[in-house]
Amino acid sequence: MAYMVMTQEPAFSTLTLDDLAFGRGGVKRNAEEDIMRLLVVEDDRAAADYLRKAFREAGYVVDHAADGDEGLTLALGGGYDALIVDRMLPRRDGLALIAELRARGDKTPTIILSALGQVDDRVTGLRAGGDDYLPKPYAFSELLARVEALVRRGGPQATDTLYRVGDLELDRLAHRVTRAGQEIVLQPREFRLLEYLMRHAGQVVTRTMLLENVWDYHFDPQTNVIDVHVSRLRSKIDKGFEPPLLHTVRGAGYVIRDGAR
Amino acid sequence: MSSVTALGRLLRTTAFKLIAAYLVAFAIFAASVIAYLGWHTQRLVISQATEAIENEAQILAEQYRVGGINRLASIVGRRSRQPGAGLYLLTTFTGENLAGNVLNLPLSFMDSEGWKEIDYVRSEESGGHTSRALVKVVFLPGEFRLLIGRDVVEREELRRIIIRPALWGLVVLVLMGVAGGLFVTRRVLKRIDQMTATSETIMTGDLSGRLAVAGTGDEFDRLALSLNAMLERIEALMAGLKQVTDNVAHDLKTPLTRLRNRAEDALRTATTDAQWRAATEQTIEESDNLIRIFNALLMIARAEAGQARAGMVPFDLAETASSVAELYEPLAEEKGLGFVVEAEGPLMVRGVRELIGQALSNLVDNAIKYCCPDTPDGVSRTVRVVAERVGEQARIVVADQGAGIPEADRVRVLERFVRLEASRSRPGSGLGLSLVAAVVHLHGGSIVLEDNAPGLRVVILLPLENPAG
Repeated sequence: MAYMVMTQEPAFSTLTLDDLAFGRGGVKRNAEEDIMRLLVVEDDRAAADYLRKAFREAGYVVDHAADGDEGLTLALGGGYDALIVDRMLPRRDGLALIAELRARGDKTPTIILSALGQVDDRVTGLRAGGDDYLPKPYAFSELLARVEALVRRGGPQATDTLYRVGDLELDRLAHRVTRAGQEIVLQPREFRLLEYLMRHAGQVVTRTMLLENVWDYHFDPQTNVIDVHVSRLRSKIDKGFEPPLLHTVRGAGYVIRDGAR
Repeated sequence: MSSVTALGRLLRTTAFKLIAAYLVAFAIFAASVIAYLGWHTQRLVISQATEAIENEAQILAEQYRVGGINRLASIVGRRSRQPGAGLYLLTTFTGENLAGNVLNLPLSFMDSEGWKEIDYVRSEESGGHTSRALVKVVFLPGEFRLLIGRDVVEREELRRIIIRPALWGLVVLVLMGVAGGLFVTRRVLKRIDQMTATSETIMTGDLSGRLAVAGTGDEFDRLALSLNAMLERIEALMAGLKQVTDNVAHDLKTPLTRLRNRAEDALRTATTDAQWRAATEQTIEESDNLIRIFNALLMIARAEAGQARAGMVPFDLAETASSVAELYEPLAEEKGLGFVVEAEGPLMVRGVRELIGQALSNLVDNAIKYCCPDTPDGVSRTVRVVAERVGEQARIVVADQGAGIPEADRVRVLERFVRLEASRSRPGSGLGLSLVAAVVHLHGGSIVLEDNAPGLRVVILLPLENPAG
C-alpha cells in the first residue's frame, strides 16, 4: 500500500496502512483458513477491475460478476464473507439481487454502491437488505474500511459490555472509561465516539463512518469537524500515557489499537 | 374540402353529439305527444257523432211509433233539407226511397243493421265533393229501414288543424336545434381551437405565450387561468433550470480546468516521487471538491423538486439543532469563539431530519467560518444557535458576530453559486445558503437574513407539526 504515515502529529501516529489489519499479510490475516473472500457485482468493467486489484492488494480473494443474474448465482454458491453490489445492474437490479438473497435466508454482509446518494435512496437500499450504503464516487479507503467493519471477526461482540485496547478499558454498562486504572471523564458524545472506535479496534474507521454511526448524520459537514472531536478525545485518552492508542491514518481515517502488540 | 373536414370536426365534437342526442330524444317525445293528441281528438269526434246518432235514432223511432211511416217520412224529409244537416235515408225493405238526402247508395247497404262508415256525395251540392260519414242503419218494425249519419269530415279537418302544423313545428324545431347545436359547438370549438393553437406555439418553444382570457369568468376562463398559472410555473422552473445549467457549467468547469492543468503540469514537470505524490494528492482533493459541489447541487435540485416530501416524518427540531451545534462546538472553541446553544425541546416539525440537519450544519459552519474577523480586536466573538417555539412555529436562529452581509446582498446570497467578493478567497461552493433556502422552502418555512449588529443573523421559521399539543 502506498499510504504514508500521518506526519502532522508524529507523537500519536506511527502507522501506515500496511501495518493495519487489512494490510497484505497483516496482523490478523496470517492463517491460511482466515482468508476473506469477496464478491464484487459491478457491470462497469474498469470499476470492477480496479476493485479486484485494490482488494487483492488488501489481502482479499475477489470474485467478480458482471450482471445481477450472475451475481445471484455466485452469491448463492456461498462462501463469501461480504458482497459489494452495484445498485444499477443489467438483468437484475442490485436491490432485487439483495432482496432475493435475503428471501432465501442468505445473510452475507452486503455493501451497496450507488450513484444515487440521497437520503431516501439510502433508506431504500438498506430496507432492501443491504448492510451499508456507499454513494459513488467513493474513495477506495472508505469502501475498504466499511468492508473491514462488516467482515471483521474476533473483535468485541455487540453483547460485550467491556471493551479493552491495551490498558484502555471502556465499560459500556457503567459508562466508565479508565486507562491504566486511572478514570477518564468523557462527555456523552466522546464516550460514544470512543465506544465505536473500540468496537472496531484494529480497523480503520473513516470520518464518514463516525459521522454516520456516532452522530447519525449522512451529510457532508464541509469542515472536518470530526477531526476536532477526535483530537479532543485523543487528548483525553492518550495525553500522559504510553504508548499512543488512537492513530490518524492519512487519507483514510482513524484507528484505535494497541501499538505494542 | 376543408369546409367538409371542418364540418366533420364539428359533428365529431362532444358538444354536438350531446345536442344531437338531446334533439332525437326531444323529437321522439314531441311526436308521441302529437300522436296522442290526434288520437284523442279523433275519438272525441267519433264519440260525439255516435251519441248524436243514437239520440236521433231514438227520437225518430219514437215518432214512427206514434205517427206511423208517414209522420216519420215527413220528419226525415224536413230534417234532411235543413242546411248542414246530417245524413238521412228512409227506405222500404225493397230499397224504395221514401225520404232522405242520401243518393247513390248501393242497395245491399241497407240490408244489415249496425254502424258503418261511408264515403258519400251530398245531394244538395250539385258539384258535390265526396265526404265521409259515420252512419247507423236501423230496422224499424214494418220492414222499413232508416239510416242516420253524421258527417265526420270534421275529424279530417281537425287532423289538418292540429297534427300537420304540429309536425311542421317539430321539423322546424329539429332544424333549429341542429342549427343551434352547430352554432354552440362552433363557438366552443373556436375557443378550444384558440387554446390549442396557443398551446402549440408554446410547445414549439415560446414559453412566454399565454392563453387568452375572455373575462367572462366561465369555465373556459377558469381553464385558461389555471393553464396560464401552470405555464407561469413551468417558465419559472425552466428559467431556474437554465440558470443552474449555466452556473453548473461555470462552477464545474473552473475546478475541472484546474484539475486538468495540475495533471498536465505534473506530467510535464514532476520528476521525483514526492512531486508525483503531491500532484496526485492535489488531483484527488480537487475531485473531492467537485464531488462536493455536485452533491450539493443534486440535493438542492431534489429539495426544490419536492421529491423528499413523501419521506417526511415528525422529528424534534430542538434535538437536531442541539446535536448539530454539538457537532460544531469544538470547532468554535478551537477558533476561540464563544458558542451559545439554546434549544428547548421538544419542537416537533414534519420533515426530513437529514436535510434539516444539513441545512443547520451549513449555517453553523458558515457562522464559525465567518465569525472570526481578520483583525482580532480583543473582544470575544460569539456564535449563537437558538431553537425555540414562537406561536405556532418553530424558530431557529443562527447568529454570528462576523462581518455580516450588506443589506443589498441578503436576498441574493440565497441564490445558487452567489459568493460575495469578500468570501471568494475562502473555501466553499457558494451553494451552502441556497441549499438552506431550498430545504426551508421544501418544509414550508421561511428564511430571513438579518443584521446581528455586528454580524449575520439567519432566522428560519418552520411550521410546527402539532401546534396545539
